[in-house]
Amino acid sequence: MQNHVLDYLEHIVTQKPEKTAFTNGTEALTFAQVRQQSRAVGTFLHDRGVYHEPVVVFMNKHPKEIAAFFGVITGGDFYVPIDEEMPVSRIQLILDNVQARILICDGLTREIAKKFAFDGETVLYDDICRTSADEEALADIRRRAIDTDPIYIVFTSGSTGVPKGVAACHRSVIDYIEQLSAVLEFDEDTVFGNQTPLYFDACLKELYPTLKYGATTYLIPRELFMLPVKLVEYLNEHGINTICWVVSALTMISAFGTFQTVTPRYLRTVAFGSEVFPVKQFAMWRAVLPQAKFVNLYGPTEGTGMCCYYKVERDFGPEEAIPIGGPFPNTEILLLNDQNRRAGQGETGEICIRGTSLTLGYYNNFEKTHEVFVQNPLNTAYPELIYRTGDLGRYNERGELMFVSRKDYQIKHMGHRIELGEIEVSANMEEGVRLSGCIYDDIKGKILLYYVGTVCERELAAALRERLPRYMIPNRLVRLEQMPLTANGKIDRVALKRLAGTFQARSAQ
Amino acid sequence: MEELLEILSDLHPEVDFETCDTLIDDKILDSFDIVSIIAEINDRFDVTVTADKITPQNFNSAEALYTLIQELEDED
Repeated sequence: MQNHVLDYLEHIVTQKPEKTAFTNGTEALTFAQVRQQSRAVGTFLHDRGVYHEPVVVFMNKHPKEIAAFFGVITGGDFYVPIDEEMPVSRIQLILDNVQARILICDGLTREIAKKFAFDGETVLYDDICRTSADEEALADIRRRAIDTDPIYIVFTSGSTGVPKGVAACHRSVIDYIEQLSAVLEFDEDTVFGNQTPLYFDACLKELYPTLKYGATTYLIPRELFMLPVKLVEYLNEHGINTICWVVSALTMISAFGTFQTVTPRYLRTVAFGSEVFPVKQFAMWRAVLPQAKFVNLYGPTEGTGMCCYYKVERDFGPEEAIPIGGPFPNTEILLLNDQNRRAGQGETGEICIRGTSLTLGYYNNFEKTHEVFVQNPLNTAYPELIYRTGDLGRYNERGELMFVSRKDYQIKHMGHRIELGEIEVSANMEEGVRLSGCIYDDIKGKILLYYVGTVCERELAAALRERLPRYMIPNRLVRLEQMPLTANGKIDRVALKRLAGTFQARSAQ
Repeated sequence: MEELLEILSDLHPEVDFETCDTLIDDKILDSFDIVSIIAEINDRFDVTVTADKITPQNFNSAEALYTLIQELEDED
């Protein structure tokens, strides 16, 4: 039985050693090179005595970054990806949480890494990947591997202002990759066009199936996602046939009339998720790619990526939403109502996940872990964890699961999962802000921050840029004389929404 | 032009849009910005910026962007 994610690599390197595994269009690594470099990195970590520990990878999006991830796993450790898109203060919180002894950087990130308060050793990827592999030591590490050992930690927004590190193990990743690959029908001819950053779980969809099938992944340059015509030309130039993108990347292409200039020629599988796909935009994609398979994916980071899918095979009216569908095989969705019982037909309940795909929990944070990784309330006989997503759903009359809303103040914006509370905490840290309230205008897709205090909008915007990732910066800051409060003294978000005008817009629908 | 500068400074208060002409080349604007800018332009100037106009040349400076808006207004 496969108990290690890199069994995929070991197998494929005997089949297609010289095939390109990962490329950015100009620089590429073959499967043999990926294996060779990952064994070098693994040996380096072994030589340093780093085993069963987090190793921070701070590199630019590049095929070598992926080889670094696999190198960390080869050493029996787990990778913690961070990125220059993250503000230094956020990276610091991550470093403080994981307490790693090694940070792997590249020539471009080395200078930034000097700004961190980091007690460990900072090493250059190009140096350590010259280590000659210690076959005996690596074989021993592999022999001792257990599939419940972690392989990565990725960080997600936390409402208290401190990001939470989700740790996943071999077993949950293998389960995910096997089920996802079967549903999306990946094979050796699959050419992935990766859009999502490598510092989230979203990229698992490309990374591991590439190893499993001997496929090829193009890491599409970030800047192409603002130049829709060039982006589609890039897909065509490289024969990219499979994309798993956030909805906003897809609608960026369709909404600006790109298809009147150029259309994708090779796409056969389009998977999307993380957000609602506006039906009008979806119809444009379908019209251009009538033969392609379109699949809506749903799932939280805590469930190792995606846990539900829906193949879009019927037409949708303008008022309809595309369902989440149903779980992958080997995963169950429990829809639990307020009494912790299964929600009835048409009743709204919280989407909870049961199965191997559950991750290990939040790293170095038992308190937060225990809040959402809980005993299955339907099972009183033996220990069994489920993950409570905080997403509310219900089944439609066809028995398909529909997303309804969030239980709390978590939102999805441009494909990113964001706690509005984290934005408020960051604003409140600014001297000159007395109180702030953040809301999401889900019609226009904008984050709005209202605050009272002495600091002007411009100064606050600059301060937030220092603390928050780009995608969490409010689209508009509004200073108020007084914050609307509810009867029990909490920020009145309904009043804020009314201020934003979204209240009227929604009730008019 | 004033209105355009206002849209841009709202997004990036720290950038001097009157002089900068490497907004794309130096990665000052990202895809979030481009989408927001186009939405604002479409709203406020009553023109439609289509995909074939979203090029580095047209978005590298406020001036180039303003020229584009004027061209689109003339077409109407």
